Amino acid sequence: MEQNFDLPEIHTPENLVYTKTKVLTDNVMHYCPGCGHGTVHRLIAEVIDEMGIQDQVIGVAPVGCSVLAYNYFDIDMQEAAHGRAPALATGIKRVFPEKFVFTYQGDGDLAAIGTAETIHACNRGENITIIFINNGIYGMTGGQMAPTTLPGMPTSTSPYGRDVKMMGNPLKITELVAMLPGTYFVTRQAVHTPALVRKTKKAIRMAFENQKLNRGVSFVEIVSNCNSGWKLTPVQAIKWLEENMLPFYPLGDLKVNGEMVSK
Amino acid sequence: MAKVKGDVVIDIERCKGCEVCTTACPNEVLAMSTQVNSKGYRFVVKVNADCIGCANCAIVCPDGVITVYKSKV
Repeated sequence: MEQNFDLPEIHTPENLVYTKTKVLTDNVMHYCPGCGHGTVHRLIAEVIDEMGIQDQVIGVAPVGCSVLAYNYFDIDMQEAAHGRAPALATGIKRVFPEKFVFTYQGDGDLAAIGTAETIHACNRGENITIIFINNGIYGMTGGQMAPTTLPGMPTSTSPYGRDVKMMGNPLKITELVAMLPGTYFVTRQAVHTPALVRKTKKAIRMAFENQKLNRGVSFVEIVSNCNSGWKLTPVQAIKWLEENMLPFYPLGDLKVNGEMVSK
Repeated sequence: MAKVKGDVVIDIERCKGCEVCTTACPNEVLAMSTQVNSKGYRFVVKVNADCIGCANCAIVCPDGVITVYKSKV
């Protein structure tokens, strides 16, 4: 039996530093232990809570691991056909221009089957927010190779690693959409350490605030882990992410206030 | 300088035992239990009283398991 280190005398509302936001429902998320999806869901919910827009926000759920995102957010949400979330968000935003509309998509949804919808929505400059979770693999279907899989990275359909001569090069879709005139804010963040979580939250806040300006798409990529698909424990997956994913997908802002950030 | 005392409350039934919080804690307050919850996951427990209420564990937790309190004593 573990020793008890509780301090019940300081459990008062004025001493509360952090608790799960009410914008997330009490349903237990179906994600694997340590998956970045849960952290990003929580950050979006916290931003919605802090901006006080719970009744003015409409989310669009994708197909992929996060297909059941609408079970976890206590907001209005709509499920899109595979890859079509930006097209659906375009329609919702044009019918309700005063609402905050965001899509939540993984790399199989946004960068593979939904490439056309993503690029055209970004090029048209729709006034929406796109949250893009990049884990370099198709997590839900069993860890197959995705367009974002790193060169040499083993997956269930590339067991000896991705051979770029045969299987092509990984797609850096965030760099691609940053070049388009319709994007206003493009950034790449991660959520595996406390400092990066705080930065990602600021980026998501900015992406939602930008919808008030009506200047174009705000695109937030979050480099995340897929422990089950990568066949690693959560702690090993975070280390692998830092050593392999981040050199290929460097973190930072690519476009701020419609201007490219020079590096 | 006033000393800061923190405490974490862990919702053990929601915890999936991913151990991300144990690496985020600066004072090594958190560790994995030897017991399991009703879903069969080893959950996280406090192993010392050095918590400073920095909330690092809570903000990296993917499942929103941890509630943090902080007080000056």
